[in-house]
Amino acid sequence: MSDKPNKLIENGKRLDGRNLDELRPIKMEVGVLKRADGSCYMELGGNKAIAAVYGPREVHPRHLQEATQVIIRYRYDMASFSVKERKRPGPDRRSIEISKVSREALAPVILKEYFPRSVIDIFVEILQADAGTRTVGINASSVALADAGIPMRGIVSSCAVGKVDGEIVLDLTGQEDNYGDADMPIAMTQDGKITLLQMDGNLTKEEFARAIELAKKGCKQIYEVQRSALISKYEGVSNV
Amino acid sequence: MSEDIIAEIKRDYIYNLAKKGKRVDGRAFDEYRSIEVETRLINNAEGSAKVKIGNTQVVVGVKIQPGKPFPDTPGQGAIITNAEFAPIASPSFEPGPPDENATELARVVDRGVRESGAIDLAKLCITEGENIWMVFIDVYVLDHDGNLVDASALGAIAALLTTKLPNVRYGLGTEDVPLPISDLPVAITAADIDGEILLDPSLDEELIASTLITIITGKDGSLAGIQKSGMGPLTFDQIFHITDLAYKRAKDIREKYLEIVDDQIGEEGKKD
Repeated sequence: MSDKPNKLIENGKRLDGRNLDELRPIKMEVGVLKRADGSCYMELGGNKAIAAVYGPREVHPRHLQEATQVIIRYRYDMASFSVKERKRPGPDRRSIEISKVSREALAPVILKEYFPRSVIDIFVEILQADAGTRTVGINASSVALADAGIPMRGIVSSCAVGKVDGEIVLDLTGQEDNYGDADMPIAMTQDGKITLLQMDGNLTKEEFARAIELAKKGCKQIYEVQRSALISKYEGVSNV
Repeated sequence: MSEDIIAEIKRDYIYNLAKKGKRVDGRAFDEYRSIEVETRLINNAEGSAKVKIGNTQVVVGVKIQPGKPFPDTPGQGAIITNAEFAPIASPSFEPGPPDENATELARVVDRGVRESGAIDLAKLCITEGENIWMVFIDVYVLDHDGNLVDASALGAIAALLTTKLPNVRYGLGTEDVPLPISDLPVAITAADIDGEILLDPSLDEELIASTLITIITGKDGSLAGIQKSGMGPLTFDQIFHITDLAYKRAKDIREKYLEIVDDQIGEEGKKD
């Protein structure tokens, strides 16, 4: 990582030239894997990730199955080469926590009672990381679930907001996250229900309210990208 | 759920076609599916490549870090190869540490790189007995539709070709220099379906094959590694036949996919 710059925001612009309320460039592609039931590749700035959905399918081990609804499993994993210093492959405390909160971010929109005694597995592989990987994982998973044909009440969209040089900003970079004052990932449904909320750092009550407003704007933009990615795969596919 | 299963009717279909000298996707027995190689896609890795063979997809990332040499080779760098069967790649892959198949894959890829002498390990010594470069080759399988070995081995050497030693980051020099690569090993895998030898087996073909065999050859045509994987026996004639095929195919693949990468690096080197 580079040394701390003097200023992260200058004349209302961030180091990468973005405005305070601007997302990094996004790329999203649906159905990138053949074996998976649903899949989605997403880039957000320097982040590159693939989400795959398998299921609904039989639960192994069987004692995990639930009689009245499908269970959801979510596995967030970072490739060893996704970060500057090689990460040992496999789960660590961080990825276990992220997997848990991400699962809880997506579960509320899935119509779980449709598939009792089954499991929906969501797997996220981070190929390149640059802050905000969990939001990328959730956004890609949400689209992969739709691609797998899982009935849902809506799509979950996620972004991070935070405080950098005293300003509330959208979608922090690695540098802004490291040297900023607060980082707050959020996920929400289109009708404004918050399904993931984490924060570390320091915010006043007033800043927190502003951050939430900004996150809403960010998620709305993400949602439009998710929607058009799905449409571009499925337009022209007939219902018959 | 740990093993892929194949419907009896599909098994018969593939088998009967093979007996007539045909394959489900219309390929000749010695023909590969379409191959795509994309390099330098992971900025955080010192080298990287994504390889597609048909629907099979793997990403290989190379990380280079200084470390302590092994006591028996104080003046040599180290290669550490690992393969992850990410559960995104197949309904039969489960989360967890590498199983015997992932371990076998990693070791076969490692053997190709190591035994062909592609990397001159003596050049990766920083201070003898104390500090060396450790080359981590990490293979991530993204989509499994057969022949992971050839895709991974091709990905590994393509990624290594784009790898630079991170001298600047570790305060060991003023510029990052390309990792010296002196051979381009290529792995060719064949499946035996009741005596018929098919190159680049798809997953369905792998599932009905009695055995698979991988032959890794270097630039000069010498053998750098062999792995027979599966229960079925092979005859001497079959093995010599496969070796001949492997040598020819490896040459094509090397010229078409690796020497291009090599040339690009060369030209870029001149520009710097």
